[in-house]
Amino acid sequence: MNLKVDETIGHIREVISEKDKKRGILIHTFQKVQHEMNYLPEDALKMISEKLDIPLSEVYSTASFYKQFYFTPRGKKIVKVCTGTACHVRGASAVMNKLEEEFKIKEGETTPDLSMTLETVGCIGCCGLAPVATVNEDIIGEIDRKKIAAIIDLIKSE
Amino acid sequence: MAKLKNTDELKALRDKLSKETFDPNAHRIRACCGTACTATGAHKVIAAFEKEAAASGVAIDIVKTGCQGLCQKGPVLKVEPNNIFYQRTKTTDVPAIMDYSIKGNSAYRQGLYRDNFLSEPIPLMLEIPFYKKQLRIALRNNGIVDPRNIEHYLAVGGYAGIEKALSSMTTDDVLNEVDKANLRGRGGAGFPAGRKWAHSKGAKSDVKLVIANGDEGDPGAFMDRAIMEGDPHSLIEGMLLCAYAIGAQYGFIYVRHEYPLAVENLKIAIKQAEDLGILGKNILGTGFSFTIDIREGAGAFVCGESTSLVASIEGERGYPRPRPPRLSEIGGGPWGIPGNLNNIETYACVPVIIDKGSDYFRSIGTKNSPGTKVFALTGKVKNTGLVEVPMGITLREIIFEIGGGILDDKEFKAIQTGGPSGGCIPAEHLDLPVDFDSLASVGSMMGSGGMVVLDEETCMVDVAKFFLSFTQSESCGKCPPCRIGTYHMLELLKKITSGKGEDGDIEKLEKIGEQIIAGSLCGLGNSAPNPVLTTIKYFREEYEEHIHDKYCRSKVCSGLGTYTIDHTECFLCGLCKQACAFGAVKELKNSFYIDQDYCTKCKACYTACPIKAVKIDKQKGKPSTSLKRSK
Repeated sequence: MNLKVDETIGHIREVISEKDKKRGILIHTFQKVQHEMNYLPEDALKMISEKLDIPLSEVYSTASFYKQFYFTPRGKKIVKVCTGTACHVRGASAVMNKLEEEFKIKEGETTPDLSMTLETVGCIGCCGLAPVATVNEDIIGEIDRKKIAAIIDLIKSE
Repeated sequence: MAKLKNTDELKALRDKLSKETFDPNAHRIRACCGTACTATGAHKVIAAFEKEAAASGVAIDIVKTGCQGLCQKGPVLKVEPNNIFYQRTKTTDVPAIMDYSIKGNSAYRQGLYRDNFLSEPIPLMLEIPFYKKQLRIALRNNGIVDPRNIEHYLAVGGYAGIEKALSSMTTDDVLNEVDKANLRGRGGAGFPAGRKWAHSKGAKSDVKLVIANGDEGDPGAFMDRAIMEGDPHSLIEGMLLCAYAIGAQYGFIYVRHEYPLAVENLKIAIKQAEDLGILGKNILGTGFSFTIDIREGAGAFVCGESTSLVASIEGERGYPRPRPPRLSEIGGGPWGIPGNLNNIETYACVPVIIDKGSDYFRSIGTKNSPGTKVFALTGKVKNTGLVEVPMGITLREIIFEIGGGILDDKEFKAIQTGGPSGGCIPAEHLDLPVDFDSLASVGSMMGSGGMVVLDEETCMVDVAKFFLSFTQSESCGKCPPCRIGTYHMLELLKKITSGKGEDGDIEKLEKIGEQIIAGSLCGLGNSAPNPVLTTIKYFREEYEEHIHDKYCRSKVCSGLGTYTIDHTECFLCGLCKQACAFGAVKELKNSFYIDQDYCTKCKACYTACPIKAVKIDKQKGKPSTSLKRSK
């Protein structure tokens, strides 16, 4: 991992202290590591702690505060069911139940073969098509019985 | 493009581009590439048009715009020069649209908007009821320009505000104009932007910041997303004007991490503006410097709160901090640098105010809330999508005229405004003119502008539980009233919705709610009980029904009511029996019935029944044992 402090802090680096700079890129660093590794392995967190000179406890506390970061490996397909208000009133829980039933995992869990992770998301801002789910980058809207079957196929396909 | 050296060069470039870019006689397709339309296949349709155009040799200019609003009917597109609006476009419609509207001069009827199956199709965009009452200021360029093309933005009059400010206005002039316009913060609380700016300007610091809050964690709101994705230059121009007015040098746009397209488009826009010399050091040779960087959020609702957002920018946990010092004071902003924080939509309105003057802005909307507001209209309404309307429009107009009424012609029950911080407004207030103060007067709030329409099939207690479970899980946990209070309220709501409610639960909810509002540190806690308190205020009888009659009239909550099978409707498919995990559905020779002793009220049979022959009743019904199946 190559953490270039100056590149990621932005123009504000001109006026803030070295210590603040290092702290300022912490979240960005997590995002970078997670983008590469799919989760935040312990070794990476230790390395971040050393490089940025921030105690490991603080590194953990920050990472665990934010929903975006994970400490366990995640599935190849990440399925997020939107549970925003619009999706909720239009039947997001039925979608969630069906997927939980189909893959025999609960919300936030990953299948043992690491093929997929099932999650919920507060709102993906696509309320016009509620209920909505995403499979990796693909957004699938207006989910009805037929579409759930299509989603399940999409998840199971390579 | 070469770097512009002064404001005259900017003016000359804009004049040139506005003449050349959008030729009014050319064949042009403005295709919506907003999130919803992309999800329904906008890019496939565009590819089909490109292919078709290449094959037939007709030159068409395809503009990939941001969200055009009518998300429900996507992918939508507009064909010029005749301005014909198409909805739910499929790749198979492309040859017909090419033949009718581009090679020919007419509309392809099948692709047009209709109110319903029987009504006449409407070819022109502005005659569609959804768009008729709208007035676009913040979204003025959404649907017109390609967000990744700065030339488009300049061609429609972009950066005229900053040009005017830099060439003929002092910093005080800019500030006064915004103050006179009485622009109120579109993030929800409605604090006047002019006053905020003046406060930031007054901070005695050499370095200042301009921060744009694009965290938008509210479930059911996506207006900031539409602006960041569809018209990033408006945001940049608004931030530039703010920086000029308050004397700031650095800017941040804090973007929610679920919005990757917004980050991408903003990065492109910042780069383009820097290349043109509108952003960066010594802007247009005036000596004014301002740079913008993007900060991606990491998924915490509380980071929309200003002090939490500051903590998050600094790389800390997003805990709110007590105020003062305010963000606009020394010690309050990131790294102690004072700054000004506004919502995306607020900044997007500023260029118009400077360019057209505060009088123009004040002529729209109401006296105390001038201008327009973007709402994300969703839920059980026919036309969902982004709607920008002048303040003072009534809820009825928004729901029934713009939104087209309730889905499946059901009964309207309430409208939820302001997301988890807002409240539910019942039918009796449908004629309420919408602005910051009127919504507050009925116990709700503007919030960032989410509007979720609820119909008779929505259980109000369940909605309250939904919002509370959201705020409860998003509470950062720093202060006990919020952390423990919301948990306690949620437990009570769970108890009520599962049929275990007791006398006094409603009063407990009210009391805890008031205490959370009074005792919490930040806006999240201060507003978290709102959905519960407003639903109790307007729908108390539903709470009572859940508690005393063990019945949910909307049939949403399981564990309530008495389940029976209506033998006049039942056609003996047996799905209810299959669905029941407890063996409560018994089969007789020619009928099914539910044995009340075994029934756990899990609702599985009710959901399974394809013809709704399983009934949930209020009264303690006796299990039907009639052996005869009546015709």
